[in-house]
Amino acid sequence: MNAASLSDTLVAAAIAAYAAAFIVSAAGLALGRVVAGTGALAEVRTRAAGGPLAVGELGATVSTAVADPTDGATRDRGRLTAVAVALLAFGCALNIAGVISRGVAAERAPWGNMYEFGLVGAASIVVAFLVARRRFAIDRLNVGVAGLALVVLGLAVTVLYVPVDALIPVLDSYWLAIHVAAAIVAGGAFTIAAIASVALLFRRWRERRRGDVADPSGMTAVLERASYGLVVFAFPIWTFAVIAGAVWAEAAWGRYWGWDPKETWAFITWVLYAAYLHAQATAGWRGGRAAWFGVLGYTAFLFNFVGVNIWIPGLHSYAGV
Amino acid sequence: MTESSTAARRPTVPDWGWGRWLWRTLTSMRTAVILLTLLAVAAVPGSVLPQRNVASDPVAVVRYEAEHPRLSPWLDRLGLFEVYSSPWFAATYMLLLLSMTGCVIPRCARLWRESRAMPGAGPRRLDRMDSYRKVGLDAPRGVVLARAAAVLRGRGYRISASEGEIAAEKGYARELGNLAFHLSLLVLLFGMAGSKLLGYEGRVALVEGETFTNVSSSYDALTPSALMDVEDLKPFSVTLRRLETAFAPTGLKVGEPRKFDAQVNYTAAGTEGTASIRPNEPLEVDGTKLFLSGHGYAPKVTVRDGAGEVVFSDAVIFLPSDGALTSDGVIKAPSATPGQLGFEGILLPTAPSVGGSQSQFPALWSPRLDLVAYAGDLGMNTGAPQSVFTLEKGDLRSIGQESLRIGETMQLPDGAGSITFDGVARFANFQVARDPGKEVALIAALLLLIGLTASLTIGRRRQWVRVTDASDGGVTVELAGRSLTRRTLPEGEADELLGLITALAPERSTRSRSLT
Repeated sequence: MNAASLSDTLVAAAIAAYAAAFIVSAAGLALGRVVAGTGALAEVRTRAAGGPLAVGELGATVSTAVADPTDGATRDRGRLTAVAVALLAFGCALNIAGVISRGVAAERAPWGNMYEFGLVGAASIVVAFLVARRRFAIDRLNVGVAGLALVVLGLAVTVLYVPVDALIPVLDSYWLAIHVAAAIVAGGAFTIAAIASVALLFRRWRERRRGDVADPSGMTAVLERASYGLVVFAFPIWTFAVIAGAVWAEAAWGRYWGWDPKETWAFITWVLYAAYLHAQATAGWRGGRAAWFGVLGYTAFLFNFVGVNIWIPGLHSYAGV
Repeated sequence: MTESSTAARRPTVPDWGWGRWLWRTLTSMRTAVILLTLLAVAAVPGSVLPQRNVASDPVAVVRYEAEHPRLSPWLDRLGLFEVYSSPWFAATYMLLLLSMTGCVIPRCARLWRESRAMPGAGPRRLDRMDSYRKVGLDAPRGVVLARAAAVLRGRGYRISASEGEIAAEKGYARELGNLAFHLSLLVLLFGMAGSKLLGYEGRVALVEGETFTNVSSSYDALTPSALMDVEDLKPFSVTLRRLETAFAPTGLKVGEPRKFDAQVNYTAAGTEGTASIRPNEPLEVDGTKLFLSGHGYAPKVTVRDGAGEVVFSDAVIFLPSDGALTSDGVIKAPSATPGQLGFEGILLPTAPSVGGSQSQFPALWSPRLDLVAYAGDLGMNTGAPQSVFTLEKGDLRSIGQESLRIGETMQLPDGAGSITFDGVARFANFQVARDPGKEVALIAALLLLIGLTASLTIGRRRQWVRVTDASDGGVTVELAGRSLTRRTLPEGEADELLGLITALAPERSTRSRSLT
């Protein structure tokens, strides 16, 4: 088996692992709903409202759901989350091995066309999640992460697949490795930040609609810290990616900035994330309103990676769609 | 413009009523967010509509105007074909920069004052800070305080000592980085303005063997800047010796370029040499750069007129029209007698074995030149400039057509003359650019990156060490830390500091526990 077909096999295996992770994490999420439905949430709500531990009708379920940590559903759910994270990590290892063998087969940095962006992008998203979950309690986002990695890899192998090939001369530069790698690392962190922002906005919307107490479990605050922390991490890397791109453009085309559509959308992404960081420092905007800027910034980022390559002609259109 | 904790304090401005309100509003964080959003929105149309002076396709705007004759004048009036040099785009970023400068300058002044002032004394109850440690020691108070001062100073804290307490602060580089980041944006704009005002871009196509001399008339297209003297270009010349190309011969991407290598000789003030210009590897001559931006074929032909005289013999640049380098162009022989001669040609570098009008592969595997001959008046004496890529066919009549292989000759009817296909040369397109602002822009970009990273990663924080006499003769040491930003205190720092401070004497209350 040569490196190219090894890469294809590894990617297929990674898809299987991500699919398993998705199913397991979805089951965990469903079980979480069961737990919440039988009283855990109700208990937290009454306690958050300052009342004593609930008694009466709900009392029985409440005490079993919360007071007994060995309760079946809760324990199963924790176990499912652990299994899902392990599957994600396993899929990620396969994914990375697929990327490396692709690079060995092509004898260059394995991010020279849309298919390869898909492979590296999926790996970057999962790595960002696995790193971020050590710092922030965001395990519950694993269903979104596994689903997204699955979609990205699935699209890569079905729609974007191209066999290993050399690069056209203008891409054949060490700046490809630097500029694109930085963009992809930033992209992984931006993705997890966006998932956290969307989850945060959803929770706030649901709380408002149901008239719930704001953030009884503290999860919204965790999501906010996670998305802010990830953007703070990714923003300088994105800045570096843009600067490295400008340096490369100067060497390749004779100008460092020419408002090519790719450059323009990189600029729009940068400006929107700058707006996000400033919104975080604006009184009354932290939380919901700032999160919208994070979602907007990510939309621009995604459009730059996908839409600009497909719909808008420009100097970056050679990406091999 | 980062932390609300520090941004809350506003600079004092004399009370000018509306002016004061306006200034406060303009320099507020909320305005910055709104202006940033506006800037992002303003940048969008330029990526959707074709733009003048954007490199990828110079005729995109002309084509769009032809396709949308009623809409285009309005778009043009709104500046939507030149978004990034339009007044409203400039107004947006100038307002943003003004807002930013108005916010940042007073913060510079404040950082300067703070860096000269001493860290303030701690609150009465230290245990309410972000981190708090308390331990008893068998040591004189002065010794513990001196030790704490040394430890904190060694860790890069600025300290101020008072009776029984050390107050220390660290992380001024955060705000310094924040200010450097914002001010470097102004420098970046300055560099970009330098590029726009003092630099130039030009294009020139050279056939193998031709020489380019750097004067404005040699360019096929020259875009000078506002403050540049086009008669004062740096003198140098470049000769294209040979252009080597390679294409993927097989596989899914058959015909895709794999190599371009323009081998040139150059002479500049006092120097000369040879060089290879490739994609990503421009040639720099005396501060001016030459980039290989395109390539194509130039068939070599010889035209004889009715009298048998050679009236044209040269390589003619044909423009590629597809990926397999099917190329078209025209040949004009105005001095032919009895009538002027013109030819429209299509060059197929790899022609199909029979018929066909499209090349099969971009390399010169079996070149064929398809010609349509015209006789009559080329219309070149009217004084109006003519394109070298089209024939004015008003006073011309078609007199025949033929497909030629290299070495073959087409005889024109009625003794009008002949045309011989001698061979094919390559031509290279060069982008010539001089950009005196780019070093400034690069330095600004690096400063921006360093400043941004510092402002987002460094945590500004305070530590207090308070030493009080305990009732049993020893001392009680309290260590408290507080973050001045959203960042949490570095994990383990409190324990490390406490370990170092208390390392000089045995602990009283927790003798059994090792703290280092």
